[in-house]
Amino acid sequence: MKAPRFAYARPASIAEALALLKEHGGDARVLAGGQSLVPMMNFRVAAPKVLVDINRIASLAGIKVTKSFVRIGALTRHVELERSADVSKHLPLVAAAMPHIAHPAIRNRGTFGGSCALADPAAELPACAVALGATFVVAGKKGERRVAAEDFFKGLYSTTLKEGELLVAAEFPLPKPGYASAFGELARRHGDYAMVGLAAHGSKQGVRVAFFGVGDRPKAIEADSVDGILDKVDSELEPRADLHASAAMKLHLAKVLAARVLKGMEGVAA
Amino acid sequence: MNAALETIEISLTVNGERVKRSVPARLNLADFLRIELELTGTHVGCEHGVCGACTVRVDGEIVRGCLMFAAQADGCTVDTIEGLSDTREIEELQSAFVLTNALQCGFCTPGVLMAAQALLRDEPNPSRERIREYLSGNYCRCTGYQAIVDAIEAVAKARAARSVR
Repeated sequence: MKAPRFAYARPASIAEALALLKEHGGDARVLAGGQSLVPMMNFRVAAPKVLVDINRIASLAGIKVTKSFVRIGALTRHVELERSADVSKHLPLVAAAMPHIAHPAIRNRGTFGGSCALADPAAELPACAVALGATFVVAGKKGERRVAAEDFFKGLYSTTLKEGELLVAAEFPLPKPGYASAFGELARRHGDYAMVGLAAHGSKQGVRVAFFGVGDRPKAIEADSVDGILDKVDSELEPRADLHASAAMKLHLAKVLAARVLKGMEGVAA
Repeated sequence: MNAALETIEISLTVNGERVKRSVPARLNLADFLRIELELTGTHVGCEHGVCGACTVRVDGEIVRGCLMFAAQADGCTVDTIEGLSDTREIEELQSAFVLTNALQCGFCTPGVLMAAQALLRDEPNPSRERIREYLSGNYCRCTGYQAIVDAIEAVAKARAARSVR
């Protein structure tokens, strides 16, 4: 189908976007890459009265490396993350996740911030943010606030973003030497949403794995070692059945995938 | 553009020609190209970004025409299958598709050609596996993909052979 009627605004700055979001309140939705919101509108699952198109706000885009973190602007496209030398150097986990996200034509439009703000439970980037301990930067009427990734995701398509707020960026701490990461997912077709996936980051001191597609939000499991993670999968994951798989099958796949993917971290994260 | 409007004035370049129109906000780019400009080579299949039949180029990069509103293309350069065909940019791909029987009903073909051209531009010598991965966002219900991969691979090899000489 086609999207229902709406009014379209294209602010040129964050301040203008916030003013529009304030003016239109609950009637407004932010339009970033549109690779999830527009299908939802075409399906009539979403019918916002006003779209605030943030695509021309230059200050929302781009990747910056500072002394302590990598800052990814909300409007940074997937393709920019995929091709970024800074991302492959400092955030190899994010680089490894990129080819799994949909298809080239989608990655040319889809944005980092859109993916995180939507909070699809089967999405890759929210899991990476949780595994790497990223902090989200949110702009609102009263200025900026910062939220740890683990607290940002509240449930199915649900985050701590309040009406009138705009996700501006995420800050990923620069990994310390001795850390390794690993990423993997299982999907029916390359680029489809994951039936189950995981983003792992750790060192000899400990491992943190964010599973996705097996709950209403990324589920982090921490342990001293890879074996410790594998021991916890059964008790800590509670996947629900969906169109693609029963709960038991998802749990089985999570275990198979974890054993396969985390093997690559042995030696670094013993 | 700091007020919310239901009708938007847009000005863009389509296949090298300057175009100005007044469009409803809800009109997607694929429908704009087909209905307003009568460029019907861009096909509309699933309308939710899965099938790839509506693939067009915006500012040089392939995108889903059904997942972008025409209003968002204001100021952009858009290339459709008609443009790529007229400039002969995809001539070799078109010949190879005919030669290897890489199309039957032809519904997916414009989108597949847009994607194939984008791949060969960025990666002149892709493996068969890479071609399959890159085209994973373009559905074809006729060919079983084998002949499509054959055609793209043949063009890549022919170009590589020429550049060696």
